[in-house]
Amino acid sequence: MPDKPDRNAIEVRGVSKIFGTGDSQVAALDDVSVSIRENEFFTLLGPSGCGKTTLLRLIAGFDFPTDGQILLHGDDIALLPPYKRPVNTVFQSYALFPHMTVGQNIAFGLEMLGKPKAEIAARVAAMLKLVKMEALRDRRTSQISGGQQQRVALARALAPQPKVLLLDEPLSALDYKLRKEMQIELKRLQHETGITFIFVTHDQEEALTMSDRIAVMSSGKILQVGSPRDIYDRPAERFVADFIGESNFLEAAVVASANGRATVRLASGTELAAALPEGFQPKDRVTVVVRPEQARLVREGGAASGVLENVVYFGTDTHFHVHLDAGGPFIVRQQNTRSGDAGYAPGDRVGVAIGEDAAQVLKD
Amino acid sequence: MATAGEIAEKAGREDVRRRWLLSTPALAIIFFAGIGPLFIVLVYSFLAPGSYGDVKWQFSTDAWVGVVLQRDIFDGTISIADAHLQIFLRSVTLSLATTVLTLIFGFPTAYFIATRPENRRDIWLFLITIPFWTNLLIRTFAMMEVLRNEGLVNGLLRFLHIIDQPIQFMYTDFAVLVGMVYVFLPLMVLPLFASMEKLDFRLVEAGYDLYATRFQVLRRVIIPLVKPGIIAGSILVFIPSLGAYVTPRVMGGGTNLMIGNLIELQFGQGRNWPLGAALSMTLMAIVMIALLFYVRNAGRNQGSGHG
Repeated sequence: MPDKPDRNAIEVRGVSKIFGTGDSQVAALDDVSVSIRENEFFTLLGPSGCGKTTLLRLIAGFDFPTDGQILLHGDDIALLPPYKRPVNTVFQSYALFPHMTVGQNIAFGLEMLGKPKAEIAARVAAMLKLVKMEALRDRRTSQISGGQQQRVALARALAPQPKVLLLDEPLSALDYKLRKEMQIELKRLQHETGITFIFVTHDQEEALTMSDRIAVMSSGKILQVGSPRDIYDRPAERFVADFIGESNFLEAAVVASANGRATVRLASGTELAAALPEGFQPKDRVTVVVRPEQARLVREGGAASGVLENVVYFGTDTHFHVHLDAGGPFIVRQQNTRSGDAGYAPGDRVGVAIGEDAAQVLKD
Repeated sequence: MATAGEIAEKAGREDVRRRWLLSTPALAIIFFAGIGPLFIVLVYSFLAPGSYGDVKWQFSTDAWVGVVLQRDIFDGTISIADAHLQIFLRSVTLSLATTVLTLIFGFPTAYFIATRPENRRDIWLFLITIPFWTNLLIRTFAMMEVLRNEGLVNGLLRFLHIIDQPIQFMYTDFAVLVGMVYVFLPLMVLPLFASMEKLDFRLVEAGYDLYATRFQVLRRVIIPLVKPGIIAGSILVFIPSLGAYVTPRVMGGGTNLMIGNLIELQFGQGRNWPLGAALSMTLMAIVMIALLFYVRNAGRNQGSGHG
């Protein structure tokens, strides 16, 4: 495969999907457009019912869009049946064929493509090696564990060397430890095979640790696309900030704005520099988001003041719940040190210092 | 004083006795309704026929010989009983054809029902079972109304000027076959539906995803997974069609006999109960051999997976 990292593997253009007819119509996807680059680990992240699985099924060909185009390397595949698309899927429930062995499951796609027997055998062996399952080739799929089934499902989908691999919440059925292992395993597989992965999940941590880029979805729309760092540090909308990580929201008045940066005045009167979402012109009142770990608790001063309500110890860090004088809660997260937490106790009057470049203006 | 061991042993004995007592009704039914009558049939097949039906209590293997051989009433020469063999052959052929045809018609029907939304499947199943509410004879006469010379099919063909003279459907093997397929179709659809309902349709999607066309998905994924339903349906159709009596009688007239009619003939006009008994046992033997063959074959395929 030629190495052109910036070429688009998949381009979704203005795709809508409406289920049902008449009054019971539901728009699962509403005019969605997104480009997924070649060799990218791309994640569709959102709560259940946001349309992420629908988008995946449209790319796989199990459903057809009501409107719009889906391009694979420039060709519109939106209306092709799934068996004519060089795209394979790892299903949430794995969907392994129970009447076949592990080896037969992996060989299935290659057989359907009419590959010669010797090539199939070699490829199955290579796939078993890739997912470290050589010893289990002749086992029935009902005789292996959930984690092993997961590996077989991956090997089966990768065996025909698809242009794009779709993964529909493949780790959700695994226990925590196995899930962590498989996250690393998936990254390794993506790296070794050089295949574009489109990964669907509702688990923000999974999305942040594994993805090259993330698309955050809600109610059939893509709200923001960016690297994990972009999404976390520079959320453009309240939903994104709320869904990924913990957030403090502060009402503020805009004093000045230019070149993607703004100066805002908080209710306490303190002025603060904040970043603007790309191409966004703020009105006079905005909401600003600050991550808990980007703020510090101080005895005096700070950008806002309030009363410490609760102190929750988490081992690696401590969460301080502050009730601001201007109204509303504010959470500060501070890393713990051996020397203790400086003796803050519930009821204390405290200030909240907001770090340089920590504040981000939201669109809504 | 009894020791603990003795008490336990006594309780155990009582337990065994009680269990036997409780299963008495079941055992009685099995004996009196199953094994008993069968034993009578077996005994009758080794007796001589009475002059006006019934049997004479003297040992004879004539009936068993008569299943395959016949003695000429004039010169006493013995030859193969062509008529019997022909009837056996027709029975097996028609039953196999019925099984295959009900499978061909029943499979898409069951698939259609299994892929409907859950709340509507009951309605379709209900429609499938409606013919069961009517007497078999009535249903068969209804099918006769469709096929007879002045019937629905011939009437329509003549109305459309495709034919001038009616086509003789009735009283042929074809008519018997049509009648049997109609009567036995639900027996195929129901077990097929039962196993298709359990089919995980994500496996079908996985098949499509892995480049299998519709036909390949059918052959490599759906059929192997609903095989238990195919086996159950085939057995449920094949066995009763082999012994079918009403349908060949009505649709085949007096000429296109099947084993069931031949047996009835021996107990009625033929006044040869031992021969009828021997023919019944032969029918049972055919069914058992066919079943053994089928089950063993199906079992072997299941053991080694696909292709």
